[in-house]
Amino acid sequence: MLSEPKKPEVSVITDQPARTEPPEEPNAWLHTVGTDDAATTLGRPPRIAPPPKWNNRGANLWRLHPYLRPFLHRFIFSFVLAFVGIGLGLAIPLITQAVIDGPIADSDHRGLWILGTVALAIGILDAVTQWGRRWVVNVGTVGVETLVRKDLYAKLQRLPMAFHGHWESGQLLSRIMNDLNRIRRFVGFGMTFLIVSTIQILVVTILLLNMFWPLGLVVLVSSVPIIVMVLINQKHYTRMSRQIQDQTGDVATTVEESVQGLRVIKAFGRANHLFAKFDRRSVKLYDVTMERVWLSAKFWTFLEVIPTLTMIIVLGLGAWAVGSGAITIGTLVAFMTLMLSLIWPISSLGFQLAMAQESMTAADRVAEVLDIDNSITDGDTVLDPEAVQGRLTFTDVRFRFDDADADLLHGLNLDIAPGETIAVVGGTGSGKTLLTALVPRLQDVTGGSITIDGTDIRDLRLAQLRSIVATAFEEPTLFSMSARENLTLGRPDASEEDIAEAIEVAQAGFVHDLPWGLDTRIGEQGMSLSGGQRQRLALARAVLTRPKILVLDDTLSALDIHTEELVERALKRVLVGVTGIVVAHRASTVLLADRVAVLIDGRIAHVGTHSELLATVPEYRELLSAEFNAEAEMATQSPGAEAEMATQDPPDPEGAEDDLTPTGGAR
Amino acid sequence: MSQTRTSSKSHDQSPRDDGAELARKLIGKAPVAGDEDVAQWRGVAAEDRADGEMRAKTSAFLKKRSRALLWSLLKPYRWVVLAMVLLVLVENASRLAIPSLVTHGIDEGIPPLKANGDSSTLLTTIAIMLGAVVIHTITRIAFIQISGRMGQNVLLELRRRLFKHFQRLDVAFHERYTSGRVISRLTNDIEAIMELLQTGFDGLITAALTLIGIGTILLFMDFHLGAVVLICFPIVMLVVRWFSKASTRTYRRVREYAAMVIVHFVETMGGIRAVQSYRREQRNQEIFSDLSDRYGHANVTAMRLNAIFSPSIKLIGNVTTVAVLVYGGWRVMHGDMTVGVLAGFLLYLRQFFEPMQEISQFYNTFQSANSALEKLSGVLEEEPTVVQPTSPVPLEHPRGEVHFDQVEFSYVDGSPVLPSLELTIPAGQTLALVGTTGAGKTTIAKLMSRFYDPVGGRLTLDGIDLRELSDDDLRKAVVMVTQENFMFDGTVGENIAFGRPGSSDEEIAAAARAVGADTFINELPDGYGTDVGKRGGRLSAGQRQLIAFARAFLADPAVLILDEATSSLDIPSERLVQQALRTILADRTAVIIAHRLSTVEVADRVLVLEHGQIIEDGAPAALTNQEDGRYARLHQAWINSLA
Repeated sequence: MLSEPKKPEVSVITDQPARTEPPEEPNAWLHTVGTDDAATTLGRPPRIAPPPKWNNRGANLWRLHPYLRPFLHRFIFSFVLAFVGIGLGLAIPLITQAVIDGPIADSDHRGLWILGTVALAIGILDAVTQWGRRWVVNVGTVGVETLVRKDLYAKLQRLPMAFHGHWESGQLLSRIMNDLNRIRRFVGFGMTFLIVSTIQILVVTILLLNMFWPLGLVVLVSSVPIIVMVLINQKHYTRMSRQIQDQTGDVATTVEESVQGLRVIKAFGRANHLFAKFDRRSVKLYDVTMERVWLSAKFWTFLEVIPTLTMIIVLGLGAWAVGSGAITIGTLVAFMTLMLSLIWPISSLGFQLAMAQESMTAADRVAEVLDIDNSITDGDTVLDPEAVQGRLTFTDVRFRFDDADADLLHGLNLDIAPGETIAVVGGTGSGKTLLTALVPRLQDVTGGSITIDGTDIRDLRLAQLRSIVATAFEEPTLFSMSARENLTLGRPDASEEDIAEAIEVAQAGFVHDLPWGLDTRIGEQGMSLSGGQRQRLALARAVLTRPKILVLDDTLSALDIHTEELVERALKRVLVGVTGIVVAHRASTVLLADRVAVLIDGRIAHVGTHSELLATVPEYRELLSAEFNAEAEMATQSPGAEAEMATQDPPDPEGAEDDLTPTGGAR
Repeated sequence: MSQTRTSSKSHDQSPRDDGAELARKLIGKAPVAGDEDVAQWRGVAAEDRADGEMRAKTSAFLKKRSRALLWSLLKPYRWVVLAMVLLVLVENASRLAIPSLVTHGIDEGIPPLKANGDSSTLLTTIAIMLGAVVIHTITRIAFIQISGRMGQNVLLELRRRLFKHFQRLDVAFHERYTSGRVISRLTNDIEAIMELLQTGFDGLITAALTLIGIGTILLFMDFHLGAVVLICFPIVMLVVRWFSKASTRTYRRVREYAAMVIVHFVETMGGIRAVQSYRREQRNQEIFSDLSDRYGHANVTAMRLNAIFSPSIKLIGNVTTVAVLVYGGWRVMHGDMTVGVLAGFLLYLRQFFEPMQEISQFYNTFQSANSALEKLSGVLEEEPTVVQPTSPVPLEHPRGEVHFDQVEFSYVDGSPVLPSLELTIPAGQTLALVGTTGAGKTTIAKLMSRFYDPVGGRLTLDGIDLRELSDDDLRKAVVMVTQENFMFDGTVGENIAFGRPGSSDEEIAAAARAVGADTFINELPDGYGTDVGKRGGRLSAGQRQLIAFARAFLADPAVLILDEATSSLDIPSERLVQQALRTILADRTAVIIAHRLSTVEVADRVLVLEHGQIIEDGAPAALTNQEDGRYARLHQAWINSLA
């Protein structure tokens, strides 16, 4: 391919009919595919329903109902069976009563057998109903959990770096595991029985009112303190549940950092320090949990005491009523018996409400993530992949971290011709790495624009943009997967030849020496590999994607001189026809580039060739040639060494600057 | 938001397909870990062959081990448990008293009231009932409080034990185990045990007590009928045995898949930058979906076992009741017993089977927690190969003389990284290690900081074998800075203070100044109080490295190891660090590993290594002049690369 910059033919296919309304498109798939397969899940927004108009505690839990819908028939079935089960459960004592009062009293053998058989049938049916309900509904509850989990994961994968920088991963983990478990349990069990209990309480209360309304009224009035308590309790319980669930996430975060930073902790012997932090958070979790235990103790007991107290009042009043002849003893007995059946549903309400509260809180936490607006989304322009030239232009680019009060980049301009390689040089923290994150839109500019062949990258589909641009980061991220899977991250369909070539370019031949070659699992973060090996793998990965634009963020920093030289030679070959941005800390890397851009104070201050810049820009000299300076200083500090050095190449301590001009042997 | 709305609406058209497909995945044949897709992307690793957790250990062994753990956790509370049992007894007595008092009030209190207006019996009954309510309230609150506190105490203890244990385990273990699994153990497995502790302790005690009490009453009431009830016991036992076996297996799978989901999740979120820039999302989603489905499948299987178990118990209860009813009726008809006894018997029978349901529920939670306990007890049993001495040799004022005495080391048996290293680093010397990848430089550093122990020979500090030093003394004396500049959650200042917790702000600032990190820190929005962001995402690699240097400077060790610690620095920063190094390294022993000769030249002495052997050893200047020496060539290449 031609490396000389030519005028890019911008071949932008805009307003393609199928692409005009991008939000509609992912949905269209659903009609035909209608599954939760990976592409679909990633391609559409989460299924969570929009917030309802009524905005109370349960709103976010309610919003999860679309996840329930695919399993609706199962839930309805389970619900019906739950009622049938209650009916059957009640029928057994009734039949028993009938047997005792009927056949046994009459010595009717045949009747005994008949009713016995009926009782047996009901007994079996009772068990079968319970089995059927659970058997059918568990697929639904686990199904809901799984669907939400996949959606949550998909959402998190799409959320931009800015989000991930702010959110502790422990908080995310506790959402995807603990919170979803809570929701599952409520949906499968708590919800049904909360409804069943409520209905049972209502029905019994109506029956009681019907039986003898003054006493029924007493029962009705007794529900007032219960309702008041439930409302008061809800507020506290909600707050505590939220605290507990958040604190659980904090504990998870400390756990994560304690294990991921293990080497540093060990190197400094700071296990106790970390433990203290973990312990503080665990104890705090303990404290809030105990606070909730105390609240539950009071609330649950209250729920048991109120019906009992009511019963005592009813007994007293009932006795008086019987005494005055208003009702018969028989009615009072029936009334009291019926009332006894209320005690369990009311006291179990405490547990069921707690479950409901926790799952509402869990739903809040899940919805929080699903609702986050993704600032980095697909554009609707599709470039013809064959015709992409790779002209990369930064126009007045500004960037500011959202918590900072000043721009890090202010008005950066840079134009990179197709096939050209530019080295970016700048001091620590000058924003070089940020620059590399802006091109694949891991971060978005906060002002100005970046264009590829004249098209703003924000107008491109992310998938296309990221297939045009490949980045090798300074700190390579490796996953605990096979070496092959790590290499082909950006191009799963790469052939063996492609892989071999990429390995060769990056001098990553060591992978063949691993115990199972390319199929060896690279340990997490590749910790068993050296820094240089990891960098080479990451470089091979970037090269393998055959990008139009290759971004290298000081990718060679951990390589020794020999390997670096080999890699650079190979890279020069690869970079032909590819637009390159190379963040460089040293002269050797700079030499990969056609031109060098110097980043100072958030702007490109100078652009030129390495030798031009060395000759004319003092800051550049400062940045790239300190090594000579250091050596010179060493010479001054250790006179013995000075003599030795002098024979090697003569540094002049006073005139260090003169040595900075490229007079070395490479010329 | 409008997008969301349209999507959820248009989606309504095919929800059933979606559910049906997922349902098929959840209830289909059990997917086997290691087949199909999964094995391919994960790759092969040594731990698959000899997994630390599942080393051909029998189920009985695992059970015994986890019981031992449970016992060790509960042992301090055995008196509390006894008190709890008593509380439950009183609580139940007062609760159960209410219905019988109601009966008493109606049967005995109302007739006299009706006959002659004598309300004394009724009032007495009501007074007793009120007393019972008060007792019930107190015991109930006390029970929930005490059992809650005990549960949380046990949980806290378990968390602490596990955390400490994981910190104690050596690097080799962690490399094998992966962080995701550690996280899974410390979060998800703990959660399963919390379930056990939170739900139904009182239910279990009540149930057990009722079962025994009522069983005895039944036998006394009518031996024949009581015998019929007893017949169901062996059947119940069979069902319990079946469930116990089947669910143990299933819950193990639940825990394993949960761990796999967590591992994958943690890695994705940790490497999200690479995931997004390499468009890995879809493949990840496939893998995650697959793992979620497997996890879901295991969960459904577990729940279905329970869906069989619980109703089976119920069925046995119902059938027994009918048998008693028919057989009892037959006996009554033949005049062998009275109707009253039968009626009473049947009433008690109901109360006999209800707690069984409760126990079956509890047993389910117990099984789930049990699998978690198995995993945890397995981990707690792992012993670090790098062992702390029982009676350490004290090291008051380390001088920093390091001696490798015929040290041998290999990561994998049969391929030694260091065949036999003999090396003395005098106190105060700055030694640079040079060599290609695999020469053993990093291994030397890791041995010195005791990430590993030598396979043969000894490694001493001031003449004391590292294995005889307490961890505290060793870490105070030897600190290593690597290129992996891990940042902890918190501020810049806190991250520097990691080198010496409890340092004052002035000390922290002084350390930062000493390594030249103060310039950029002062430019941050909140200076030393700036949050570094997750894993230091707010900072550049170079800035993180400077902080790591400041950290090491603050730690002030006698021996400082720098393993590629300057690779991310740009030249001006490196120069600053190098200037700082002269002061930092002046009065301590130092080992520097760097591929940049600029850093190496700070050293007093250079070792050139190849295949774990020293091939050149001398002052940098001397080596530079050595005719055709390795170092001399390297130096020349470096000089050339600068231009």
